[in-house]
Amino acid sequence: MGRKILFITTDQQRYDTIGVNGGTLSRTPVIDRLASEGIRYERCQPTSVVCMPSRASMLTGQFPSMHGAWMNGVPLSVTAPSVAENLHDAGYATALIGKAHFEPFMDPFGRFAENALANLGVPTVEQEWYDGRRGVHRGFDYMELATHGPTGQLHYSKWLRENHPEAVSDFYPVLDREFNVNAAGGGDSGAPQLGYNKVPREWYHTDWVAQRTIDWLSHQDPDQDWFCWMSFPDPHHPWDPPKSEVGRVPWREVPLPVNYPEDASLREALIDQKARHWRAWYDGTLVSNFEAPAKWVPATLSADQVREVNALNAVEVELIDEAIGRVLKVVDEKGWGEDVDVIFTTDHGEFQGDFGFLFKGPYHVDALMRLPLIWRPSRSSDIAPSVVTAPVSLVSLAATFLDVAGQKPPHWVEGERLPLSDVDAEQRSFTSTITEWDSSIFGVDVHVRSVLTREFLYTEYGAGTLHEGTEGELYDLNDDPLQRVNRFGEASYAVAQAELHELLRDHEARPGERAVPGLLTSPV
Amino acid sequence: MASLRHELRIAASADAVWDIIKDPQSIPDWFPGVESCSVEGTTRILTTSNGMEIPEKILAVDPKLRRFAYRITAPLYTFHLGTIDVIALGVNDTLCVYSTTAEPDALALIIAGATAEALAEIKRKAEMSK
Repeated sequence: MGRKILFITTDQQRYDTIGVNGGTLSRTPVIDRLASEGIRYERCQPTSVVCMPSRASMLTGQFPSMHGAWMNGVPLSVTAPSVAENLHDAGYATALIGKAHFEPFMDPFGRFAENALANLGVPTVEQEWYDGRRGVHRGFDYMELATHGPTGQLHYSKWLRENHPEAVSDFYPVLDREFNVNAAGGGDSGAPQLGYNKVPREWYHTDWVAQRTIDWLSHQDPDQDWFCWMSFPDPHHPWDPPKSEVGRVPWREVPLPVNYPEDASLREALIDQKARHWRAWYDGTLVSNFEAPAKWVPATLSADQVREVNALNAVEVELIDEAIGRVLKVVDEKGWGEDVDVIFTTDHGEFQGDFGFLFKGPYHVDALMRLPLIWRPSRSSDIAPSVVTAPVSLVSLAATFLDVAGQKPPHWVEGERLPLSDVDAEQRSFTSTITEWDSSIFGVDVHVRSVLTREFLYTEYGAGTLHEGTEGELYDLNDDPLQRVNRFGEASYAVAQAELHELLRDHEARPGERAVPGLLTSPV
Repeated sequence: MASLRHELRIAASADAVWDIIKDPQSIPDWFPGVESCSVEGTTRILTTSNGMEIPEKILAVDPKLRRFAYRITAPLYTFHLGTIDVIALGVNDTLCVYSTTAEPDALALIIAGATAEALAEIKRKAEMSK
């Protein structure tokens, strides 16, 4: 019997939303305890700041430029490598419960397996694997899937429609009539993608994901090794947690984020230092990506809206923390307490008011790029608790899972196993991480590469609709941790900029068999 | 309004490619996720693998031009026009072009994404039939 793996992800969660990372709005005792017993990473970056490419990196251990799912709406090839296939080969029972999103949601023809499973009534389907064999879809024996509400074809939507149809209309409608992300205001402040949801807590997707995970775990033989990816759709917008819970965080008492100057002229002065698409989005002259509401103008964001968004986000985070606690209780009751590695993280961050924005896009700053990551190794592993301050990336997750399972990483894994400490990080040269962005939708092209080191966050913009290919951003994290002062092109930073540019060049030139970039088949 | 286009070069005669698509009833054989369809006059109703029904109006089936044109008439769309053009480049060399113009834009992208896969299936069938 080996070490089991409970991999917990949330969606679009900032680093500073959990207590152990300095968050003050949400109470997160369960996650905080995992951190105190394990390894807490202070500088974890995603490979992409949107869901599909980032999640594909978790599964493949590859950057988007390698695995081919280069933007939201581009499906990860069914024959892409998958760490779940390797774990399946190693005898692990493999499950993914909650939000997968390796394949587009908008799929009226039911072309993609994720969207077909609920209607088929089967836990998985057989597909071709990376190595040419056939096996369960992406290596998962069992998939029971959800997204941010009751629309779509996934298991949670079907369950809610069939069992509690009266609750369907209580959720905030994520999309508008034109199938864009809905800009309609809700709540008390009129913030976009925010609403008070009458749904009972036990019918909400957070509790549903936890309950379905508990059900799957309960059916596992005590001696069976398993890899269970429990994937919560929250705290991604819409911010519409059960109304019964919103009193936990009174929004009028929520302080404004430190990176949200209330004076609009100050916000605009910060934005104007950055590449030009920041100001274009702020003014509503160009929405560069589908993930933000097409009809929402960030310049209209009010302080009260920021407060209310942050309050409801915090409520969603608390519900996740409590759901994790219930699952861990079952893990202990099954007698697995000594042999389960728990890894908690998210796919990317969220602005939540920083610089006057909500949502996400090609904006590579901490709001979207600094992620919570906690690895609580199994107690039987005798790995000591620590805090890692070196830069690490979600691209390391696949190698980490394989290491826990006693497996060597295959040739296609780009990321190395996560460091156990800063000493380990230094010995294995964890000195920088890369985040990519490529998008091309409705005539707007954006291409971005960023590198993070201990000292700097450096971004280059490739040629695109709004960029000439010469723009960039450079933040000195030692004296500007909030990334407000753009040093790109300053003579005093020329040496540092040249070195950071070389790191990006090295990344582009790295060896490896790149997948053919997938076809954009849906906005998301 | 979004307008998108996919095309594939097929190593088969234009007639062979046209034979695959010319019958409105044939769409379940080559369009991904279309399980069945019914055709009455110029009205075609697709049933997709997830049980959704998509009504369409056939606008043109022109064997001389080898051109098929149709509209999705579901109320979700304020406009849709789909065209498939089969163009002979040589004896066994054909260009097949599948165009989608639609509003809302998001739906155009979704339909066009599926048409790319449909083209691949048309190519596979045409090249097998040689």
